Amino acid sequence: MTKEEKYSLARWAMEHAIKNGAQQASVIISDSRSSSIEVREQKIDKLEQSNQHGLTIRLFVDKKYSSHSTNRLNKPELEGFIEEAIAATKYLSEDEFRTLPAPELYYEGGGPDLQTVDNDYDNVDPQAKIDAAFATENEAFGKDERIISVTASYNDGINERVMVTSNGFEGDTSNSYFQLVASVSVKGEDARPESYWYETAIFYDKLKKDGIGKTALKRVLNKLGQEKIESATLPMIVENRSAGNLLNPLINALNGSSIQQKQSFLIDKIGEKVASEKLTITDDPFIVGGRGSHLFDGEGLAAKKRSVFDKGILKTYFIDTYYGKKLEMEPTSGGTSNLVFETGNKDIEGLIASLDKGILVTGFNGGNCNGSTGDFSYGIDGFLIENGEIVKPVSEMNITGNMKDLWMNIAEVGNDVNKNSSWLTPSIMFSKVDFSGI
Amino acid sequence: MNFNRRNFIKTSGAAVAGSMILPPFMQSCQNVQISATVKSYLDHFEVTTGMLQKVIAAAMEKGGNYTDLFFEHRTTNNLGLEDGKVNRAFSNIDFGVGIRVLKGDQTGFAYSEEITLEAMLNAAKMAASIANNPKEFDPDGMLEKTPADYYKISQKWDDVSVKDKVPFVQKVNDKVFGLDSKVTKVNAFMGDETSYVLFYNSEGRLTYDYRPMMRFGVVCVMEKDGQIENAYSARSFRKGFEILTDGLVDEIAQEAVDKTNILFEAGKPKAGEMPVVLGAGGSGILLHEAIGHTFEADFNRKGTSIFSDKLNKKVAENFINIIDDGTLPNDRGAINIDDEGNDVKKTYLVKDGILNSYIHDKISAEFYNVEPTGNGRRESFRYVPIPRMRSTYMEPGPHSKDEIIAEVDYGVYVDNFSNGQVQIGAGDFTFFVKSGYIIEKGKLTQPIKDINIIGNGPEALADISMAADDFKMDSGTWTCGKDGQSVPVTLGLPTVLVKKLTVGGTNV
Repeated sequence: MTKEEKYSLARWAMEHAIKNGAQQASVIISDSRSSSIEVREQKIDKLEQSNQHGLTIRLFVDKKYSSHSTNRLNKPELEGFIEEAIAATKYLSEDEFRTLPAPELYYEGGGPDLQTVDNDYDNVDPQAKIDAAFATENEAFGKDERIISVTASYNDGINERVMVTSNGFEGDTSNSYFQLVASVSVKGEDARPESYWYETAIFYDKLKKDGIGKTALKRVLNKLGQEKIESATLPMIVENRSAGNLLNPLINALNGSSIQQKQSFLIDKIGEKVASEKLTITDDPFIVGGRGSHLFDGEGLAAKKRSVFDKGILKTYFIDTYYGKKLEMEPTSGGTSNLVFETGNKDIEGLIASLDKGILVTGFNGGNCNGSTGDFSYGIDGFLIENGEIVKPVSEMNITGNMKDLWMNIAEVGNDVNKNSSWLTPSIMFSKVDFSGI
Repeated sequence: MNFNRRNFIKTSGAAVAGSMILPPFMQSCQNVQISATVKSYLDHFEVTTGMLQKVIAAAMEKGGNYTDLFFEHRTTNNLGLEDGKVNRAFSNIDFGVGIRVLKGDQTGFAYSEEITLEAMLNAAKMAASIANNPKEFDPDGMLEKTPADYYKISQKWDDVSVKDKVPFVQKVNDKVFGLDSKVTKVNAFMGDETSYVLFYNSEGRLTYDYRPMMRFGVVCVMEKDGQIENAYSARSFRKGFEILTDGLVDEIAQEAVDKTNILFEAGKPKAGEMPVVLGAGGSGILLHEAIGHTFEADFNRKGTSIFSDKLNKKVAENFINIIDDGTLPNDRGAINIDDEGNDVKKTYLVKDGILNSYIHDKISAEFYNVEPTGNGRRESFRYVPIPRMRSTYMEPGPHSKDEIIAEVDYGVYVDNFSNGQVQIGAGDFTFFVKSGYIIEKGKLTQPIKDINIIGNGPEALADISMAADDFKMDSGTWTCGKDGQSVPVTLGLPTVLVKKLTVGGTNV
């Protein structure tokens, strides 16, 4: 479907809803394509291609709300689908807080090109994709006698969506991604550790294509000789690519729904110091080429740059129109765009070198966080550090504590930002964490 | 063929189940004799046996040695309650066909959301390109396979209106608020799903399945002296509307309130390695994470599982029998056929302490030269099938629960979980405990909450030193994720003692 065809169908569906009893409606039509090539043992293990589309309609009927989606986009069937959806909505209870956003908050156009899509997506040579996957495998395959299995994959995708609302919003977004991944398993004494590495990009030409297999192999060899160590309270360095796992509960606690439903440990904390003064994070939707960049959010609200934490002081919640009404707060946006940290001056090597004794966390293994209280406990993958050096890999360890205390205890924020994600996390060092071992 | 589909979504479901409306033994253009039920599925997807054979032929033309077509039409409905009212509904329709071509253990896969001959042939050609030695495909005769019938229901979700479901969601809210004055927020949800599946492969197997599913649950938030806690309770079954009763409402309401209340008294245990008693039921998460995933034969075929060379070896005490079963009536993990069209079995993974079988899909069953176990599953037509668990549980053992707890000098008793994970190769698995108790000198004492437990699969399996006679299946909304695909599963366990696991906690 072309963009114009999507707009045309979206307007038609929206108007059909209004004609049949909805007072307000919004419609999103999206389509996406993707391809994936997985190689193993020097041959293609799996080839996958996909092409999908869908329509989502949000209905506001007699102060009642529902949302419906389908991948069957022919008009006669959609007519019935929308009419039945409206009929079903009437059986719900009224919800006075449900409306489309106030039109003055919508994005009005004229924003810059944020470079979120590779318009040459369809021109990438299929053979080049296959070659890239094999080249990644070859960086590790046969390079060490302890290797059991090397898998490499090339993945890409492109998505286009348009949104129209019955109170005047129209907008479209496009995104693409390209990714190379390698995962390597090796035989240890008994265990068979596995590790992986990946690179991603919005543009094919910007995808880093070398070093991925090599890095995966290096990381898995580092894991050999894992040992359980004693429980201790120690400083912890979390590697940049894993720091998002710890940031996640903190950001969830800022969500309008969490606040209003009392499943947050940061209720009524705007303007208060809730984290170390070393924590400064800005939500910046306007980074050119940023993974989370956008000019408007999922409701059509015009994007704004916002301070989230300023030297540990909480500056904003993430509030959509619905929870904004419930909480009597101005909507900000229901979610994050790009989270940008104020960085320190050491990279991960520098942070490691600065520690007498501590644990470097390179990955998490399960665990969870209680959203109401902030209590957490996670399994970790990592290394014991002594006298500024990595001594050995550790196994079967948990970290346990409370998010409020953890983020108060930042010792240092690194400068090695992970650009593979919309959350641009650097490595972060925390001053003391409870580790459980033997 | 292109009849007006206006009412397709609503009425076609009823037509499929009420297949007796159709005359038996309709003739297709291929002169293949098929049942009225299969005919109704073909009609539902607007295909003929002739079309299926053409698509298979196109998929095989580059030299693949196997192809399957997986047609699926799934309707999902969800109702939500927040702040006292059933004030939101969500629905989704997903429809399409997945086409998979195998060349040895290599896979080509594509899917189409449009079920027309042209669209299917395009997808077939894409999938076919995994092979590159064109050869003539000689089709096998079409053989209809009647699926098992593990989920009999009396009231199909297709026929149930939002109006009929709303009161149950409202009741669970009112019930939770009525049970305890500390309750400040309730979130309740009720979801149903109906899938129609039609399957055909290059070996001629033609089969189908009708898969109902429901889930019903409630989250309870309480406040006491400024402390906020929450817990939830849910049930899920392959059942119809008949499952919704006041009894079920009362059961989950009471459970959510009890689970929340206990948290106000709960603390953290001392961190470290200690004996862990797993209570009957949801503790089956131990089997799922520590053993189940590492028994999946794709990992073992590639040599990447810690159990890779342990087949037929002793891995546990003699009294331990662990099963992965797709045949439990109306269970969330049950399937009448797997997503590769195979019969579903009750599979002993560990029999009398010996590793008896891996969990197989078609590729791995051929690699190991064994019968398929019926574990080839996929999230939807958009994905390739891979070895997946269904209902994973341990048979009752020779001990009693009291005996087991009495055995522990200092350790923890845990029976309420939220999630788990495993590293297939290292064997390190974890599960997150929402609540439990410290055991001191053989007695349950202080409640505990929100801790992660970590162990190593083979060691933990060997360390199960006692198992009780109180086996219980858990009927929660367990969903298992692997390779980006989610499938419904269940799990169960009698009370067991694991001699040592690493328990998260404090270091004071």
